Amino acid sequence: MTATAPLTAPSLQQLAPHVVPKVKDGDLAKAQMGLLAVGAVLVGAAWATGGKSFAWSYLVGYMGVLGICLGALAFVMIQHITRAGWSVVVRRVAENIAAALPLMLLLWIPILVNFDELFHHWAHANVDEVTHAAIPATDPSYDAVLAGKEAWLNKGFFLARVGIYFAIWIGLAFVFRNGSVKQDETGNPAINLKLSRIAAPGLLLFALSTTFASFDWIMSLDPHWFSTIFGIAYFAGGYMAFFAVLILLTRWLGTQGYLKDAVSTEHYHDLGKLMFAFMVFWTYANFSQYMLIWYANLPEETAWFTHRKHGGWAAVGQILILGHFFIPFAFLMSRHVKRNPVALAVGAIFLLVIHCIDMQFLILPNNSHAPADAGAAADHHVEGIGAYLSHLHWADFGCFVGVLALVLGFVLWNVRRANLLPVRDPRLAESLHFQNI
Amino acid sequence: MANTQKWGIVAEFDSAKAIYHAAEKATAQGYQRVDAHTPFPVHGLDKALRQGPSPLGWLVVCCGITGICLAQLMMWWMNSQDYVIWVSGKQPYAWPSTIPVTFECMVLLSGFGAVFGMFAINRLPRHHHPIFNHPTFWRVTDDRFFLSIEATDPKFDSVQTARFLESIGGKHVAIVED
Repeated sequence: MTATAPLTAPSLQQLAPHVVPKVKDGDLAKAQMGLLAVGAVLVGAAWATGGKSFAWSYLVGYMGVLGICLGALAFVMIQHITRAGWSVVVRRVAENIAAALPLMLLLWIPILVNFDELFHHWAHANVDEVTHAAIPATDPSYDAVLAGKEAWLNKGFFLARVGIYFAIWIGLAFVFRNGSVKQDETGNPAINLKLSRIAAPGLLLFALSTTFASFDWIMSLDPHWFSTIFGIAYFAGGYMAFFAVLILLTRWLGTQGYLKDAVSTEHYHDLGKLMFAFMVFWTYANFSQYMLIWYANLPEETAWFTHRKHGGWAAVGQILILGHFFIPFAFLMSRHVKRNPVALAVGAIFLLVIHCIDMQFLILPNNSHAPADAGAAADHHVEGIGAYLSHLHWADFGCFVGVLALVLGFVLWNVRRANLLPVRDPRLAESLHFQNI
Repeated sequence: MANTQKWGIVAEFDSAKAIYHAAEKATAQGYQRVDAHTPFPVHGLDKALRQGPSPLGWLVVCCGITGICLAQLMMWWMNSQDYVIWVSGKQPYAWPSTIPVTFECMVLLSGFGAVFGMFAINRLPRHHHPIFNHPTFWRVTDDRFFLSIEATDPKFDSVQTARFLESIGGKHVAIVED
């Protein structure tokens, strides 16, 4: 009797010996340290110059980049649950971006420090500001709505949920990246089966935790307001931005001599299609939210949009309609654009800027310390894009760039310490030869 | 039959690889009205045949824009001109309420454009095609690959073209009559 050899997939060495499997020792270290330094300097400078607005600028950057990391985690799980072949060559890059979620937990600290500034609406509801005594229900200033939401919106449970969300995200990111890295050594196809089984409950947990995180960290800034589609709208924007980052990062690795022989125009074409699709899906979700609120015309729902008609935010809303839909729709529609490296990169950078403006639109109108808000109240003629620009702090973009640079620096560290692609995934051959029809 | 005329010449090949290289050689030789018939899609065959992009996308875009315009015209006319009804204080023609119908009309007409445009460009439906007169062409849905060069090709010559197809490995090379 001869023992049957264990089932293993062909390795990258056998399939495509010219593809470099791993970053050379010490290579990309300068870029990694540079990104971390730029990120630290930008966030530090924003903190030093921002005053009370820093908390808001930081939240814009943080939520914008968090959406990208969560998008990476969703992408990896979707590839496993659908047993996708085409995406194997870029999956490790996505696994590395998702593995930056522990850093996002660390970067939550500034939000914790500024908790009272950001969440004061509900955190100090029904408590007298001077005496700290509870306001009785008979008092005219008693907020019955927030009293009703207290079971969810209280500081203890809120912070406990931060732990729950990150436990889910970091746990999933760890399981999927480690399983994939382990397969690089063993070549065991059973790892794919195991991960596709974990992906199903994983995606369910992911959807719930992402939805509630967006409720907690953005929607609760305006705690009277509610929208059940808010979570999916936040996810759609983040997922789109993730594809933009994946395209740019993979392309950059290509210029450094890595992955360029494995990731072809065909893969970029598909990544471009997905970026386009979720740009449109963001529009779908946001329009659905807007139309239902507009149609029902209930004061407790319309307040959120009414608030955004002033201080230049109406103009920003119009910029989003144009910049988050019409312009990229026309630009990215053609396959020639998605298959052109420069044009696709331009589209990706454009959508990242728009993603940051989307976060500003969700978060900044709740900042009651914005310098121009007082001015706008005194002078109602200041409207339009001028009003937006007049109270825009450089950190409203700077924090997004800074947090993104920190995350990308961390991602590069992940890129450097493992193989660049899953070198013994059973679907690697399919992915290397992938063609669009 | 008395009044038959040549439609073209058809040759049989054994594999996807063979048909791919045959297509490359035929177009390199200067033949223009070349087509390949295979049991399953063969990657890159359209490039080997030097086929340009399909005009279908442009047709779909035009149909989609027509759908948008027709939907807007319909709702503007019905809601604000012909029979105005004020509902819950909204303007009779308010853009947010028109978006779902506009979107659906765009999808509907784009879908029609894609399906019927594809039929029209392929000149379908038709009951018969001369290529079915080739003796072994029935195997095209099973395990054989066929290359056809039509008689309307400027370079077509009954003898030379048949010899050329044999020289690049074609079997059962036959003139197919209409």
